[in-house]
Amino acid sequence: MARKTGILVLASVLLASIASICDSAAIFNPISDAHRSAASELFSLSDGSFGSLEETYEALRTFVVLGIEKEPVIRTSVCASVAETLSSPSSALKDLFQALRVNGILKCEINDKAFAEIAFRLKDSVNAANLLLDFYHSIGGLMLIKDQTSEVDVHLGDADRIFRSIKALSQSDGRWRYSSNNPESSTYAAGIALETVAGLISLASSEIDHSLVATIKNDIMKLFDGVERYDDGACYFDEKFVDAHGHQDPLSASSSVVRGITAFATATEESLNLPGDKIMGLAKFFLGVEIPGSAKDLYHQIDALACLGNSRVSVPLILSLPATVLSVSRKDQLKVRVNTVLGSSAPPLSVKLMQIFSSGSKDASVIDQELKFDPDHAVHVLETLPKNIDVGKYIFSFEISLQDPEHKKRYITGGRTKVPIYITGLIEVNNAEIAVLDSDIGSIEMQKKLDLSGENDVALLANHLQKLRLSFQLTTPSGKAFKPHQQAFLKLRHESGVEHIFVVGDSGKKFEIILDFLGLVEKFFYLSGKYDIQLTVGDFVMENSFLRSLGHVELDLPDAPEKAARPPPQLVDSYSRYGPKAEIIHIFRSPEKRPPRELSLAFLGFVLLPFIGFFAGLLYLRVNLKNLPRSTVPATFAFLFHLGIASVLLLYALFWFKLDLFTTLKALGILGIFLMFVGHRTLSHLASVSAKLKSA
Amino acid sequence: MGRSTPSKDAQALFHSLHSAYAATPTNLKIIDLYILFAVFTAVIQVVYMAIVGSFPFNSFLSGVLSCVGTAVLAVCLRIQVNKENKEFKDLPPERAFADFVLCNLVLHLVIMNFLG
Repeated sequence: MARKTGILVLASVLLASIASICDSAAIFNPISDAHRSAASELFSLSDGSFGSLEETYEALRTFVVLGIEKEPVIRTSVCASVAETLSSPSSALKDLFQALRVNGILKCEINDKAFAEIAFRLKDSVNAANLLLDFYHSIGGLMLIKDQTSEVDVHLGDADRIFRSIKALSQSDGRWRYSSNNPESSTYAAGIALETVAGLISLASSEIDHSLVATIKNDIMKLFDGVERYDDGACYFDEKFVDAHGHQDPLSASSSVVRGITAFATATEESLNLPGDKIMGLAKFFLGVEIPGSAKDLYHQIDALACLGNSRVSVPLILSLPATVLSVSRKDQLKVRVNTVLGSSAPPLSVKLMQIFSSGSKDASVIDQELKFDPDHAVHVLETLPKNIDVGKYIFSFEISLQDPEHKKRYITGGRTKVPIYITGLIEVNNAEIAVLDSDIGSIEMQKKLDLSGENDVALLANHLQKLRLSFQLTTPSGKAFKPHQQAFLKLRHESGVEHIFVVGDSGKKFEIILDFLGLVEKFFYLSGKYDIQLTVGDFVMENSFLRSLGHVELDLPDAPEKAARPPPQLVDSYSRYGPKAEIIHIFRSPEKRPPRELSLAFLGFVLLPFIGFFAGLLYLRVNLKNLPRSTVPATFAFLFHLGIASVLLLYALFWFKLDLFTTLKALGILGIFLMFVGHRTLSHLASVSAKLKSA
Repeated sequence: MGRSTPSKDAQALFHSLHSAYAATPTNLKIIDLYILFAVFTAVIQVVYMAIVGSFPFNSFLSGVLSCVGTAVLAVCLRIQVNKENKEFKDLPPERAFADFVLCNLVLHLVIMNFLG
């Protein structure tokens, strides 16, 4: 129990200190296998399909980006559904678009005639459209047909007019409206609009007016001006518009914008000159989501990262560390990995360690050391840590420089990357000793050396006029005094289970605690006797944190005065609290003393004796039944009268054995009426007979 | 008269009592016999209680009170049936018997309830 408490204290202190360090620096890891397994889990097949065509597209797109092979399983059923949607003349525009999107990935066998019919329909709806989503679905559909077959003519003739009607929906801040009737503007719609415009540019049969394209570029710049920023450098597009589809989270909005600008940059084949730190911030935002909880969010994240990963805009390079906790005693090497957002390898580059910020102090030591590239593992290694690095927490600042000047245009490195690093090591414990001092002069009464790396079992004696002193030194691997964050505790535990915990103070050079028992008697509840001593020293950078029993001290404290506080009742052990309760023993009344069986039976016989005597007496008196009526009707009544009395007595016997009072009273009421009737008939007959005799 | 031994006196007393009682009507004698039967039964139960203790006390009370109660009712019946009692001259014995039966049934209903 005591050991468990100590470990808990250690663990909570470690957590608290780790939480405090994570401020400005943060690590963003590229897409990894964790995302792949999450994708397989989130996009799970129910009844052999992913649900609607839209959900199927999102699942397939995510799988394609992550490189998961799942197509053959669902290919047949999805293709059937795609073919059905595409051949049906009543399919909605949105369904056609989704079916074409799915077909773009699965490449089902759809004949060119069907494509031509759909293209005809889509062209019609482009010309008739005035809602943003209608433009998006029809132009997107035509784009997909263009990619899937070369036989069908998908070019749009009146591109400038369509362009203007789409542009009419844009707002001054770079966002867009879904329809001209709706004044609310949306960032998600901006992404959709950019994609639509990009589609329109590639579908236009003649060149689009340059000034129109320039206005769209201007819109994109305005959109990027409104980007939101987190402290860790992540950027995102906020979505204030709430519509019926529920597209209101920053993830889907940012994803939509990234898709839009990528499509636009691809279509125009021009440089957009977007600020590199914002693109990097967007990449950090999508990576910072880590693994989303819903399939939709995962699609938005992965699709946006895929756009960023092979974007024509610029490809962000992400610096990540396999391990941010390095042990100086194990001589761990600092390794840095540079990847694109999707985890693929980066172009040749060099990584420099520029600065090291020590926790707690603002000043940084400038290092400017280049890391050595290990081509086998694709990591950059810092072989030896700088000399002045001791155990503790640091923030390392890295800089990526690309070797090929061509790459500098394509890739963005995001300037200096700050990464929190924890350096751990074995802490040496020296000069540990425990002593009992005389209070007045401070002379040493008893002193013991301790070896805190092993077990100790000291036995000390002290009274309330003495002091207990415990001291030890902590040294880091580089020989400096180590100062854990107030994580040295001394625990005294009385035999009765009363515990007292003291914090061991740090005097700069060594740790020391002096317990003056005179001032502590009240705190100790005047409990004399054996106290176990336990020492806990721990820190999150100390690899050999320990919780050791040092032995015991026999305390001789004065007797408690009457008003002294009683020791608190000991907390119930949590194991026994939830464990089985003590068995409840029921105390029953002891049974009454019973007479011997024979005696009771004998008295039963005795009770019958007067009854026999009664019959004997009746015989002696020559009693007879001659007075019973002779004629049939009175005789019957007399018989019924006796029968009635017998049945009432029988009812009483039943009442005694099993019936309750209410049942008995009901039956008795009926029997009583019967008895009254027959009794009256019988007795009145007898009375009339005797009256006749008298008168005669 | 003169001096006579107490036993003789007692004998003479008993004899006169017996002869006087012999003149009692048979139906009264039956009631007397019934009263004796009830009283003796009660006495035996009291003796039993004195020997082994009063553990099922309500059962004991039920038993004794049943006997005593029925004896008292029988005494009442005897008073009403006796032709010597001018007070009840107009009351037919059948009516008295009906009362006796009714009271006994009520008494024993209570006794059975109390018996436990």
